[in-house]
Amino acid sequence: MPASRELGFSRPTRGLLLVRLAGSWRLEAGLPALGPLERELERGGVERVAFDTAALESWDSGLLGFLFALIRAGERRQLTVDRAGLPEGARRLLDLAGAVPERGEGSRAPAPPRLLARLGGAALETLAGARGMLAFLGEVALGFGRLARGRARLRGADLAVLLQDCGAGALPIVTLISFLVGLILAFVGALQLEQFGAQIFVADLVGLGMAREMGAMMTAVIMAGRTGAAFAAELGTMTVNEEVDALATLGIPPIDFLALPRILALALMMPLLVLYADLIGILGGLVVGVGMLGLGFGEYYEQTVYRLTLADFGVGLVKGAVFGVLVALAGCQRGIYCGRSARAVGQATTSAVVTAIVSIVVADAILTVIYNVLDI
Amino acid sequence: MQGEAQIEVEGLTLAWGDVVIQRDLSFRVRRGDVFVVMGPSGCGKSTLLRHLIGLSEPAGGRVLYRGVSLWDAEPEERDRILRQVGVLFQGGALWSSMTLAENVALPLREHTRLSPAEIRELASLKLALVGLAGFEDFTPAELSGGMRKRAGLARAMALDPEVLFFDEPSAGLDPISSRLLDDLILELRGSLGTTVVVVTHELASIFAIASDSVYLDAEARTITARGDPRALRDHPPNAKVGRFLTRGEAPAPPEGEAR
Repeated sequence: MPASRELGFSRPTRGLLLVRLAGSWRLEAGLPALGPLERELERGGVERVAFDTAALESWDSGLLGFLFALIRAGERRQLTVDRAGLPEGARRLLDLAGAVPERGEGSRAPAPPRLLARLGGAALETLAGARGMLAFLGEVALGFGRLARGRARLRGADLAVLLQDCGAGALPIVTLISFLVGLILAFVGALQLEQFGAQIFVADLVGLGMAREMGAMMTAVIMAGRTGAAFAAELGTMTVNEEVDALATLGIPPIDFLALPRILALALMMPLLVLYADLIGILGGLVVGVGMLGLGFGEYYEQTVYRLTLADFGVGLVKGAVFGVLVALAGCQRGIYCGRSARAVGQATTSAVVTAIVSIVVADAILTVIYNVLDI
Repeated sequence: MQGEAQIEVEGLTLAWGDVVIQRDLSFRVRRGDVFVVMGPSGCGKSTLLRHLIGLSEPAGGRVLYRGVSLWDAEPEERDRILRQVGVLFQGGALWSSMTLAENVALPLREHTRLSPAEIRELASLKLALVGLAGFEDFTPAELSGGMRKRAGLARAMALDPEVLFFDEPSAGLDPISSRLLDDLILELRGSLGTTVVVVTHELASIFAIASDSVYLDAEARTITARGDPRALRDHPPNAKVGRFLTRGEAPAPPEGEAR
């Protein structure tokens, strides 16, 4: 069994405090409190502190931490701390720790800014963020201008991979979510409509709801979490690895090379995904209608075809394309202007998803008002 | 031609926002020089590099390439100047989604009218020059750090630039690989007449390759010494440079020995 730690002190002569350390001073026992010793120093009459370590058996940082604190306490009171009694190794390590004087400013964190300063800082940051987004939009617009004139540097192979990833790659999750959304819409409607014996209008509700609104919205949210986040993380990592800088120094605008194919891919694939989601959602509604409400398959189909117009689908498809562009813009902007650390990549990804979802909902509201005014 | 100025820096001030990192930097890099920017960690060496290669806009002062100011030039003119510049970034900065051959080929495809077959040939040649023959179809993730750097150098050399910039070429390399990279740098300078600008604090490398240098001081926030590093080591103009160039072993120099 290891020897226990012992700490004692005495005043053998006038002005001398002899600290006796014995036993095993190891970290697992924790650092002993400095309190009793400090109180002894406070009592006054001490000019010199010395150590007696004759009975000390073993030591590690546990002893050093205690001694370091004691020496600093002694220095604060302008006492002489005589290290001669300490083990040779401990003496050398303490000399090393004291070799570079403590930096006055370095060890303290800056005082937290006042509320007003924080508010002002946040406002300026928001302003700078908005300005950055506008600058990015301008760059993208110029990039599409170059693309239209056939002068943009865009790799066909990149675009093909992105199209596959944004399109076919998203089918399973879009299938699952839209089927369930169609199911939910049908359930919600059925409870009300059944009371009036108007179950058949569940087909209208699901068809219109999916085609005009939910198909585009749900697909966009899925793509924000799936593809927008992936864009931000991928481009953010490229920024951290200086790959984006390497593009710029080789005279290849990063916007053309990285952002344009991604925006194009999502803008092209989103309408297709939305159309698919609409149909799967209607299928979900049909399952509820036929399975629960006792409607006939033909009946449900006829009602859906009778009620839905091409314009209803068009409304959803336009929304889908707009949402796709928004998701890609958020992902690319956050990724390309990412900071230079692993943490910054995480923040960029989070921010890309949040920005995308907020802008999707805002754009949806604006588009709905516009459709309403245009009477579509 | 030797001796003619390739890059001139006049009163350059580097800043992040309101924080000035270095100010009043003035120096000239002659054609065919191996010019070293040295200084302790965190003094702003890499930031200076970013300003020289057009990635960051200076807070003040000018960077002239053969007498044309980089930041006052029209965007087209700036692109033309920067096409004569190759950069090897610290980690190689290879595009990780492409193979080595594609990495080297991309600048060629963007800026030349060569056929795909010719581009492939050239990419193989550049990779062979840096000792990576046969690695054309490897992706960067399959390579060691030293190989990635050499591949990055092959890409930087793709367009036969007049000036090559190196950011910490020996960082993360073992002594032998580091030495091989130094030899490669000297070889390029010798055979192609490329001007080389190196940002580093690796002493062995500095003494092996540098023909001229500036020392950026972290506290004074400007250049405190310039010239051939070997001469600076033997006759340091100030104590800090002397200590830096001798790994802290130099005594404080006698008073009045400033050159």
